[in-house]
Amino acid sequence: MRKVGIAGVGHTKFGRSEVPLVDMLALAALEALDDAGIRTGKGHGVDQVFVASMGAGLLNRQSSVASALVDTLNLQPAMAETVENGPASGASAVKLGYMGIASGMCDVALVVGGELMRVVTGWEATDFVATMLHPDAEYAYGLTLPAFAGMFTRLYMDKYGVTEKDLAMVAVKNHEHAMHNPVAHIQLVPSFHAIIEDEDAPVINPYVAEPLRVYDVCPVSDGAAAVVLCAMDLADRFPKKPVRIAGIGQATDTHVVAEREVPTDLLAVRLAAQRAYAMAGLKPEDIDVAELHDAFTILEIAISEEAGLFPRGEGHLAVRRGETRVGGRIPINTSGGLKAKGHPLGATGVSQIVELVRQLRGEAGGRQVEGARHGLAVNFGGFGNNVVATILSKEE
Amino acid sequence: MIVDKLEQSLRPPETNMPPYPPKYITLASGEKMVVHQASREDVPRLLEAVRPLVTVEKDFYDIVAARLYAELLAYQRYRVKDEYVLVGTIDGVIVGIVNGRMVDDRVGMSYHTVAIKRGLRIGAQLFAAKMEYHMDYLGQQEVLIVAESPIGYRRWMIEYELESRPSTWHELGGVPTHVLTKALWEKHKPMKCTGRRPVPPEMLEVAKKLILPSEYPQIPGFKR
Repeated sequence: MRKVGIAGVGHTKFGRSEVPLVDMLALAALEALDDAGIRTGKGHGVDQVFVASMGAGLLNRQSSVASALVDTLNLQPAMAETVENGPASGASAVKLGYMGIASGMCDVALVVGGELMRVVTGWEATDFVATMLHPDAEYAYGLTLPAFAGMFTRLYMDKYGVTEKDLAMVAVKNHEHAMHNPVAHIQLVPSFHAIIEDEDAPVINPYVAEPLRVYDVCPVSDGAAAVVLCAMDLADRFPKKPVRIAGIGQATDTHVVAEREVPTDLLAVRLAAQRAYAMAGLKPEDIDVAELHDAFTILEIAISEEAGLFPRGEGHLAVRRGETRVGGRIPINTSGGLKAKGHPLGATGVSQIVELVRQLRGEAGGRQVEGARHGLAVNFGGFGNNVVATILSKEE
Repeated sequence: MIVDKLEQSLRPPETNMPPYPPKYITLASGEKMVVHQASREDVPRLLEAVRPLVTVEKDFYDIVAARLYAELLAYQRYRVKDEYVLVGTIDGVIVGIVNGRMVDDRVGMSYHTVAIKRGLRIGAQLFAAKMEYHMDYLGQQEVLIVAESPIGYRRWMIEYELESRPSTWHELGGVPTHVLTKALWEKHKPMKCTGRRPVPPEMLEVAKKLILPSEYPQIPGFKR
C-alpha cells in the first residue's frame, strides 16, 4: 500500500453559518486546497472528493452533496461520494480517502465534512441525532443521546468515583483551549466555581440529563472542515510537508446499548484504537496530543481510558492532576473539543484531523503542544457503536 | 417639573407600583450581574446603550432595539401607563435591559428583552427577573407575552411552556399572545429564576453608574 499524508487543511468558524450548506463546505475546501497549493479549475489534480454529512438530507433537504460541491468548486471530473456514518462520518470519509490513495486508485483526495444544524431548534436537532439509535428498542421510547450519556455518566460515577466536579474540570479545560482556537464556536471560559459550586449554579448551569449539566454538553453548531490527502510519494508537489496518516482503526459494537455485557465499556473505542496503534506501530504512550469525541464531558474521560491513554477508571484523576491540558503530560482536545469548538456532526471527524495536523506542523498558536510528533483522534458514532480512530505522525 | 394643563391631560394616570428589589446573579463566567430598576433619570443613558443595536438586522435586534428605544422614551416622557425598566449590569457596565408594564392589578404586559452581552444567558436571566417582578412583587396572575425573534420564541414560549391565547390582545401585535400564568411561573421559577438579595451597597453603587458598553458582539469593530 502507498503511504498517505495530509497536504492541506481548512476549517470554517464553527457556530452559526451565514451561508448555505454547500457554500459552507466550499469555504473549508478552498482553504484546504489553498493550503495544499491546489488551484481549482482545469488541471486541478484532485482525483476524488468525499463529503461527510449526517444531516444534509434530513435537516437541509439536500442529497448528493458531494456532487454539488464538485460543481461549486469546479473540480470536475473528480470522482465524488457523500459519506454518512452518523457523528463518525468525518473520520469515515478520511478513511475512505486514505483507502482510495493507498490502493493506488487515486493520488489526491479532498475530504470535506460539514453540517448545517442551526436551521432547526435545539430540540429538533436532538431528535434528529437520536434517529441513529435503534428505532424499536431505543428511539421509540424517547431515548436521546443526552439521555444515554446521562445514564452512562451515572454508572461511571458509581463504578469509578467520577464526580460532577471532574466533569466541570473537563469543560473548563476545553473552553480554555478554545480561547486559543479562532474557529471555535464558543469563546468563553466558564468559571469552575460559578458553574458547579455557586448557589446560582442550578439555574446558570442546569441539569440537561442528570448528572450532566449544560456545560457538560456540546453546543449545536454549523461548520465545515476539510483536508487534502495525497500519496506520500508525491509529497514534493505540495508547499508544506504532508503529515502522514500512520494508522486508522475502526470497530463497531451492538446497536442496542442495553445488549452490551458491560454498559460502561466502550468496546468499539478500545478495538478501533488498538487497530490504529497496530497499523501505526505505536503505543498509547507514544501519543503526544489527542482529539477525543467529547460530545459529553464524560466521553472525554471514558474514551481516554479505552484508548489506553490512562488506566481504566483513572481518566478523571488525570484531569484532576492537569495532565490533559496544554502543558500537561498528554493534552486532550487542544482545539476546545466538541464541547467548546462545537460539534457539526459530519464536520467533527475531519475537524479533529485538522487540529492534529496544525499541532504536528507547529501551527497551533497559543494551544501548541511543544514537540508533538504523534496525534490520536477518536471519532465516536452512535452511542459508541461505530468508532474510528486515526493516528497522524509528523514526518521527520 | 411644572406640568401644564395640556401636558397633564396627555399623561396617563400613574399607579403606585412597589419597586423591584435589586439582586445579583453569578453568571457562568463568574461575573456578578446586578439587576436593578432604572428610573426616568436613567433613560438617556439607556437610550445611548440601545441606539447602536437599532441597525443590527441579525436575530431581530433592530426591531427589538427600535421598539425598546421608543418604549424608553415613552417611559421617560410619560406616554405609557405604568411602565417599568430593569437593567442588568456587570461592574457597572450595561449588559441588558428589559421592560414591561402593569395593565391592572391582575395582568402584566411584557414588552422587550435585549441582551447586549451574549453567551451568558443574560437575556434569559433578565426575562426571568421581569416575570419575577410581575408575579412576586406586583402580585399579578398573568403576564401577556409575544416574541419578535426565534430566540425569544424558544426561550419564552417553549421553555416556559407558555399558554397560547390568540384571542387576547397584546400591545405589540406580532405573534399570537402567549401567557405566563401563576401556575406556570411556580412550575418553572426554580429552574429559571435565581439571584441573591440584598445587593451589597458598594456593588449596587457601581451598578447604578450605568456605564455604556465599549463593545457590542453584535457589531464587530464597534468603538464608542
